[in-house]
Amino acid sequence: MRTAFVIRRVLALIPTLLLIYTLTFFLMHSTPGGPWDTGEKPIPADVQERLKAAYGLDKPLWQQYTDFLGKAVRGDLGPSYTQRSRTVTDIIGDTFPVSLQLAAIATLIAALVGIPLGVLGAVRHNRPLDYLATFVSVFGISTPAYVVTSLLVLLLASKLHWLPTSGWDGVRSPKVIIPALSLALYPMAVLARYTRSSLLEVLRTDYMRTARAKGLSERSILLRHGIRNALLPVITIAGIVLADVATGSFFVETIYQVPGIGRYFVQSITARDYPVILGTVLLLGLVVSVMNLLVDLLYPLLDPRIGSRS
Amino acid sequence: MAVDNAAMVDAAIAPESPGALGSRAKTTGLWQEAFRRLLRSRLATIAAILLILLALVAIFAPFVAPYDYTAQDYSALTQPPSRDHWLGTDDLGRDILSRLIFGARISLAVGLVVQAVILLIGVPAGLIAAHFGGKLDAFIMRTVDALYSIPSLLFVIVIMTFLRAALATPSGPFMETLSAIDAQTGGLIGIFIGIGLINWMPAARLVRGQAVSLKQKEFVEAARGLGASDRRIMLQHLLPNVVPIIVVTATIGIPQAIIYEAGISFLGLGARPPMPSWGLMISEAIPNLRSYPFMLISPAVALSLTVLAFNFLGDGLRDALDPWMER
Repeated sequence: MRTAFVIRRVLALIPTLLLIYTLTFFLMHSTPGGPWDTGEKPIPADVQERLKAAYGLDKPLWQQYTDFLGKAVRGDLGPSYTQRSRTVTDIIGDTFPVSLQLAAIATLIAALVGIPLGVLGAVRHNRPLDYLATFVSVFGISTPAYVVTSLLVLLLASKLHWLPTSGWDGVRSPKVIIPALSLALYPMAVLARYTRSSLLEVLRTDYMRTARAKGLSERSILLRHGIRNALLPVITIAGIVLADVATGSFFVETIYQVPGIGRYFVQSITARDYPVILGTVLLLGLVVSVMNLLVDLLYPLLDPRIGSRS
Repeated sequence: MAVDNAAMVDAAIAPESPGALGSRAKTTGLWQEAFRRLLRSRLATIAAILLILLALVAIFAPFVAPYDYTAQDYSALTQPPSRDHWLGTDDLGRDILSRLIFGARISLAVGLVVQAVILLIGVPAGLIAAHFGGKLDAFIMRTVDALYSIPSLLFVIVIMTFLRAALATPSGPFMETLSAIDAQTGGLIGIFIGIGLINWMPAARLVRGQAVSLKQKEFVEAARGLGASDRRIMLQHLLPNVVPIIVVTATIGIPQAIIYEAGISFLGLGARPPMPSWGLMISEAIPNLRSYPFMLISPAVALSLTVLAFNFLGDGLRDALDPWMER
């Protein structure tokens, strides 16, 4: 029963990824113009023909579609148009770990601040701390990452000179603070909102009353019965949080000049480097889908009420 | 300030009038009651007033703005706020306040038109899926699920990359007309389509969920028994009853569309210079951040405040309309 469920969910990934690939592939290939006609000096027609042949762009579209797919499955995302000497896989290999580290720190901050903020809001329901927590989270949801990054750079780097204005030096360098904070704000706000409403619902349940009637201390009621149950549904938004961090990185990395996949993606849009766009979309789509899958698979394990019936 | 809002959330969790569905016969009653409940939330009221003011400023922009948003004054480049230029001038000598005021038009237009696009796709999709059920329902909802799993901003960027190039070199009369309008509006048409095409799924899902439970209600059964056509059931019986959820979805969707627009304009895929999109203004301010921070502050505050107001209004509306929405 359980294995059947797991297999079905894993197999369900395939059509999703195929849809992402197909949509992106045909959009990118039907986009008029290419990387070679944006330069200042037009490239002669015969050179363009040879370039196209070299990149396999002269083949029929369906063959390009299946060729790329076949290679992509084996981890080969083909050559980049703008960086002749490196493949898209190389580039992703360089940039993705940077983004991954940044994303990990941002997610950690988001969880460590967002969840307690939500708990605070629910426990101090309708009291000043709740309003403060609510306000902080609505503010976080309303302020896009590029605004947060530029404001933080302005305040912490340009005015106060506490932190560098841009760059990346690994996770131990203070350079990580501004991009990580900017990336964390939105998911933090989402987590806080979600935790608050989830815990508010749990606090009203009968088993909470029973726990209180048993004479347990408020502290252990809240920790063992309240928060533990309230956090279960919060796990379901892990995929959403991850998608927010991924797309937020486009802006944050670009502004703070972090050499991650987000900045590279933005650069490849400006340069019309279609293989890189395609590769990045596939990678991020895969990461988010796998995350959602993991949540789906883990959830029944964490919540005995759900079991393996799906 | 947040007092009433939080109280409303509370009220929403434990609806005051459980039998509210019965009072549906009088539609005006529903909206009057909702409006009354909305006004009880001070935060939502303040937000609504702020947004009405913003809309007025946007509508009457040419009369309110002290300068033309494209007018360059080379004798006043990057001037800090002063009496002549309340919010200063940018690196091309344009008055920032005037650009902000005209920028409000873009943000509001994007917020509203994108919602229209979303509702035009999402509502019929949700209604059709719910009403016909079976294979059609499965097909529509599988598509929605698959599109859902793609980070939407990522996909907006891909679509905008395509649309930008396609509209720059149009082929065929349809694309040529579209391209001409797009050029006229400084790139707005592309934004409307791009963001709308990607974000209709949540609306479809909500409408479907609501309509599926309505389908079992006696009044729909009765209509069917009387021989009403599919079209009639969907338009006369299902649609009016999903309006509250549509209103809430749209209100919550507006700030999202505004953020998307600013984001893709920031990336150079949205509004084209010299259009005074707030996102574009922010991206133009970033290279000058250290020397001329005021170029950043005003568009950033305008953007955040507008989005904040829409979010508070959306929250208030959701709570106000909650008893009429089925979970």
